Amino acid sequence: MGLLSDPNRRQVLTNLVTRMNTPLCFLCYLAGITWFMGLAFEPFALRMYTSENAMGSTMVDENFVYGDRALSYSREFSGHGKKAGGMPVDWLVKTMTGLGLETHTQTFTRTLPFPDEIRERYMVKGTNVYGILRASRAASTESIVLSTPVEIRHNNQAGGLLLALASYFRGQIHWAKDIIFLFNEHDMIGMEAWLEAYHDVNVTDISSSVMQGRAGAIQAAITIEMSSDVVTSFDISVVGLNGQLPNLDLVNLFTSFCQKNGVLCTIQGKLPRTDGETLEGYVHSLNTMLMMVLKQGSGKSQGDHGLFLRYHIEAVTIRGINSFRQYKFDMVTIGKVFEGMVRKLNNLLERLHQSYFFYLLPSLSRFASIGYYMPAFIFLLLILLLKALDLWIKLLQVPVCPRDCVEEDVGPGFLSILTPVFICHAMGLALYYVPLLCQDTATDHFPVSETEAVVLTSIAIYVAGLALPHNTQRVLPIEMADCGWMTLKLISILYLALLLGCITLINFSLGFILAVTLVPAAALAQPVSHKMLNALFLLLMSPATVLMLCIYLYHELAEYPITLLECWQLFLQAIAESILDHHLYGSIVYPFIVFFVYPCWLLLWNVVFWN
Amino acid sequence: MAASLVLALVVAVTVRAVLFRSSLAEFISERVEVVSPLNSWKRVVEGLSLLDLGVSPYSGNVFHETPLIIYLFHFLIDYAEFVFMTVDVITAVALYIVADDYNKVVFRKQRHSFECQRYAPDVITLVRTPKEMYHIPLKVALFYLLNPFSVLTCVAKSTCAINNAIIAIFVLATVKGSAFISAIFLALATYQSLYPIALFAPALLYLAQKDHVSVNLHCGAFYVYFLKYAVMFLGCLLVSLCLSFFLLSSWSFVPSTYGFILSVPDLTPNIGLFWYFFAEMFEHFRLFFVCVFQINVFFYTLPLSVRLRDHPMFFMFIQIAIIAIFKSYPTVGDVALYMAFLPMWSHLYRFLRNIFVVTCMLISSSVLFPVLWHLWIYAGSANSNFYYAITLAFNVGQILLISDYFYAYIRREYHLVTGLHLKSKDGKEAHIVLK
Repeated sequence: MGLLSDPNRRQVLTNLVTRMNTPLCFLCYLAGITWFMGLAFEPFALRMYTSENAMGSTMVDENFVYGDRALSYSREFSGHGKKAGGMPVDWLVKTMTGLGLETHTQTFTRTLPFPDEIRERYMVKGTNVYGILRASRAASTESIVLSTPVEIRHNNQAGGLLLALASYFRGQIHWAKDIIFLFNEHDMIGMEAWLEAYHDVNVTDISSSVMQGRAGAIQAAITIEMSSDVVTSFDISVVGLNGQLPNLDLVNLFTSFCQKNGVLCTIQGKLPRTDGETLEGYVHSLNTMLMMVLKQGSGKSQGDHGLFLRYHIEAVTIRGINSFRQYKFDMVTIGKVFEGMVRKLNNLLERLHQSYFFYLLPSLSRFASIGYYMPAFIFLLLILLLKALDLWIKLLQVPVCPRDCVEEDVGPGFLSILTPVFICHAMGLALYYVPLLCQDTATDHFPVSETEAVVLTSIAIYVAGLALPHNTQRVLPIEMADCGWMTLKLISILYLALLLGCITLINFSLGFILAVTLVPAAALAQPVSHKMLNALFLLLMSPATVLMLCIYLYHELAEYPITLLECWQLFLQAIAESILDHHLYGSIVYPFIVFFVYPCWLLLWNVVFWN
Repeated sequence: MAASLVLALVVAVTVRAVLFRSSLAEFISERVEVVSPLNSWKRVVEGLSLLDLGVSPYSGNVFHETPLIIYLFHFLIDYAEFVFMTVDVITAVALYIVADDYNKVVFRKQRHSFECQRYAPDVITLVRTPKEMYHIPLKVALFYLLNPFSVLTCVAKSTCAINNAIIAIFVLATVKGSAFISAIFLALATYQSLYPIALFAPALLYLAQKDHVSVNLHCGAFYVYFLKYAVMFLGCLLVSLCLSFFLLSSWSFVPSTYGFILSVPDLTPNIGLFWYFFAEMFEHFRLFFVCVFQINVFFYTLPLSVRLRDHPMFFMFIQIAIIAIFKSYPTVGDVALYMAFLPMWSHLYRFLRNIFVVTCMLISSSVLFPVLWHLWIYAGSANSNFYYAITLAFNVGQILLISDYFYAYIRREYHLVTGLHLKSKDGKEAHIVLK
């Protein structure tokens, strides 16, 4: 307490905060960015290791030999799929029952809030087929899921492999957990329907038939996607809904079996390199990490596995890639990788919990855990706190008008702060509700499709918000000169700090992307000198522009550059998708931006145009 | 003023009524920050249905309310929402009158001190004016009615709201100088949740000073007064306990309520300090640490009653806050009660040192509670340590707030007597340092 109660030392601290404010803030920003960049540098990052005992020390040997069977299954699967025009339900049920699995189907229907133009669906109707291989060595209390999304012309090999694995596993004797082989239609919608029915909850408005049979509590899940008879490498995708990640041990499990079988494995489609300490190697791993950050920041699930994570089930999606590389792997090797993974998961004594849940992956052999990456964010947050302290000290020093006019001033002064706060949040509410409510009206009056109507109305409201708040402010009779904008800025800075703090705990990448862009904008926002420059900078750092920049950056990193026009198209798509993700799966990114970040940003905009 | 109060009441009741009807009500009533095993509405309903079945509500290990509450809701179960809104209104009105009355007392005392020339000459800026004091009662009522914490408590139908109302009426009776009613409500509050027994000291000091009995250990009249008040209090407590016994014709409620409060068997996470500590502890140290933690609530009463002998109302505030921080199953409702008193000390503002930091701390940690709960329980990616870290931050914030107010109060009193601009021996301006 000594430091804070001694007036002299307090004075020193106060002086430090006010006089050195700008250099300190600048230093913090630099430190934050440098720290973040440093995470990808190989010598700084931790080496991956398996923490789970049950998976680390035990050996399994893989004897999968049904490679040809997998291929013939996939031919049949594809043929029947084409005939049925979607999921070959009858054939699947017949085949799986023939293999000795306990087979069930589950139908579901879901009407989207507006048509999904990318995947061309609106009224979705589908069937999931799943077969349970009952464990011979235990009561059905625990289970593992192997799943694959069923699409026409895609992913047939994954279906064939799943069936071949089922027929092979049927003859094995060491299963202690039930294994569920799941074929889900309409990718994530089907998965969501299945998961909700399995756990007997209804968190989204999907309607599905009652689940006929269940295995035990699901311990882990692997989603397989593969569209070729041979593969050159496997790509693992970890990011789930809302940026949630599976336990790192599951990733370790995957890499260890890829290494054991000599299969090449990648993350974000980037090949591993051995020269991590050189500049080129560093840039490569920085690219990989940035791609993960951008994907995680979007809050979208990067594969069907993403929905499992919400139910405490560790899950990953594994994609077979067939590129132009010379060396290819056949179904036998592929099957061995999955057999080994399932066998090790079968050995688990408890849920995966030993290893990390919060991490960034610059490569498959290195990771940065929460303790390593949090300081980068904390440096950025420190800027807001320094600015807030500075403003608070300045506000205390502003000579309050003589004692007797205080009472009269409090009411309207309070009001002039509260009104913008209220209006900004009302804008946020409008942005959330109006586009969906007005889509019919918009399609009646303008030559646009429903999707376009929703997206364009959202953008219109977003832009209209820029004009609204500072106009209403002039209506209020009194002004408090300097105090006014300083108070408003203080409030919005603290509000922003709170928002960023909360979202970073849930989804680090989203929080960090927002912090990198919004923090300097918030720190610089003030109505004096270079007002237009300030406004321009703020506009550049607005959530919508940031989204566009992120899309552009992502395509640059993926070595697939796009033009500005394409970027705009993707931007519109991204908005539509994030709204759909929110309504279909309960992603929180869209409501978080609309209800909180956008109003907070509008408050800063209001500060710049305070008069 | 009365019109503003009515307006505030209408707004507060509307907010609560809307929330009762919304889908949020169920979510709120499940939050561990808002309800504890002691006062959760779910458990009251459970106890009621057991009672209806002719089973003792305490036979299971679920119900921990007192018998009087369960018999109260036995008749009022259909009007529960209405009861809880009324209870909040009663609390707010009681606190309003408390603030109003206390202002008059303070003003009278201040004039008296001036007449006796007890104050230093240059303290005119420290003196409280009627104009500044005019809005305080309304602010007190608003702080209780529109505080999100008390709104949440009411919407969750946590019986903590009833405890708050009883304590508020007790404070009102004390301020009005009615020793008997004060004793009755103190007994009821103690009967309800045990800890308010610590409020005996400030109430005794206040009442004694109101009746012009000098608070002096060498003065016989004070002992007589003390005995009178203690007998009234203990008598009322005995009556309520016996009444409970006759209602249930068994003493089984004593271990289920007071035993439950004191021995802390339920370690469901909450905003308090107990759960994590006792979940981690070796079993054979448990008794010792239960004693240490429980004594903590009552430990400060004696030194505070010596130091704040002449300021029993402020003592009351500090003691209520200490109970809210250190009790075994605290909820945000308890926090809301002592926060309602803060406007009464708004004149201390210039002496508060860390109010900005503390406010930020309290707000951010109360927002982070649900976030970390989500990460721990639903997402499964964080663990109990994360949640406890925020609990610690919240409690440190509360403790800093209280100690800041305490320091400011003492310092203002000091300045009033010695003058605002102190000179040290060499003629320079002196600083007061707390070390």
